[in-house]
Amino acid sequence: MDTEFLQTMLLTFKLASITTVLLLFIGIPLGYFLSQTSSRFKPIIEAIVSMPLVLPPSVLGFYLLLAFSPKNGFGAWLDTNFDLRLVFSFEGLVLASILFSLPFMVHPIQSGFSTLGKSLKEASFVLGKSRLQTLWFVLLPNIRPSLLTASVITFAHTVGEFGVVLMIGGNIAGETKVASIAIYDEVESLNYSLANQYAFTLFVISFAILLFVYAVNKSMMRSEFR
Amino acid sequence: MIHIIITKPLHTADGTIDLRVNKEIHKGDFLTLFGKSGSGKTTLLRIIAGLETPKSGTITVDGEVWFDSEKKINLSPQKRNVGFVFQDYALFANMSVRQNLEFALADKSKSKKVDEILGIMEIQNLSNMKPQELSGGQKQRVAVARTLMTNPKMLLLDEPLSALDSAMRLKLQDELHAIHKRFGITSILVTHDISEVFRLCNRVFKISLGEITEDSTPSKVFSNQNISGKFKIVGEVLSIKKSDILYIVEVLANNEIVKVTGVQSDIKNLNIGDKILLSSKAFNPILTKI
Repeated sequence: MDTEFLQTMLLTFKLASITTVLLLFIGIPLGYFLSQTSSRFKPIIEAIVSMPLVLPPSVLGFYLLLAFSPKNGFGAWLDTNFDLRLVFSFEGLVLASILFSLPFMVHPIQSGFSTLGKSLKEASFVLGKSRLQTLWFVLLPNIRPSLLTASVITFAHTVGEFGVVLMIGGNIAGETKVASIAIYDEVESLNYSLANQYAFTLFVISFAILLFVYAVNKSMMRSEFR
Repeated sequence: MIHIIITKPLHTADGTIDLRVNKEIHKGDFLTLFGKSGSGKTTLLRIIAGLETPKSGTITVDGEVWFDSEKKINLSPQKRNVGFVFQDYALFANMSVRQNLEFALADKSKSKKVDEILGIMEIQNLSNMKPQELSGGQKQRVAVARTLMTNPKMLLLDEPLSALDSAMRLKLQDELHAIHKRFGITSILVTHDISEVFRLCNRVFKISLGEITEDSTPSKVFSNQNISGKFKIVGEVLSIKKSDILYIVEVLANNEIVKVTGVQSDIKNLNIGDKILLSSKAFNPILTKI
């Protein structure tokens, strides 16, 4: 296997891992908030979170490209104040992936929290435990299957991302060139065997990940609800 | 001494009604909140625990202000130190029975207390089991045990026995009675079950559409309505058999099977599984101590 192939695969999984970890920190509070609130802003927040599900990735990528471009206000501000360029950089890809995979993390966590009876939370409060203690020791352990599903689906979805990456990341080897882009690239240059190598690897890995989720969730369910 | 003066709008199936309470509850009382669904019993219990906020009023417990709408005081449930037994028991499925009790401890070094309470409730043998492995009666005991871990000022019981069969109910009623006696803990019970009230409580609030319409001992609250000289028992039809010109209906009432004869017109609309009322007038019940 050539080094570029390895480099690209490594970058793909690095992007997916970082995105998943960061999204866990965003998804847990956001999912918890959405499952508890009866605020009239809830539908608006839910709609925004779900937008990436229906939006063509290129639309999101296009607007992010405009926003991050150093020629425009926000991008210029980032450039001058933080020396940060989000266009055609790995950092920009992480940020775009977080936005694009947000619903895949938030939805399972939110529905996990919603299925827990509210008496569980209240029982913990009455026993003198704070919100944070309740979340950490009672609520999160009881939605483990949802957390696992959310993380793995987010990871897998980030691995398979194409449109956003193409728009905002481009095709810089070792910096923004991920597997899905590489396939397109190799096909463009009629290099079918390398394209197949990428494609088949993604195919196998995606299947293995999903198989793992369903197998583990099944055994978790069995031990929790005997 | 608990002093409650509160109002709270309730949204029920019959529209919005106001829950109004102005009562004192004495230390060591075993009080029942009795009334139909939607009358505000559970809401009152939740207001005392701090799980719901009244619209206006005050709640004072042993001189300590828990709620005062004018002074904007509202003690969080964490600071009230009440024991609350939920209808679904609310046991933490990720923890064993022992861990459920340990979780309630503020100071983890006092784990001796866990063994003490497990012993009192006679559930040492369940210590390492997970809640989902327990029967309904066992879950209920664990839920009560867990509330006792914090030495609560009062015990709030929201229909704790409603999901159990009648034999288990009787047993657990005795246990609740014993706990109340042992700890002298002020207890408030929400129930639909008149026999439960008689067995456990020294005082009853009868609540109807958010108002406390009666406040007295169980015998005073329930006796005057039943002096009809009639016996009434609710039962369920198990089978209907024809015997000559009569029908013999087997009825399950209070866990016993009773055979009752009926004529064609009695059984016309009767199906197996129907709830029925058995009543009898002008007969002489015999009292026998068992």
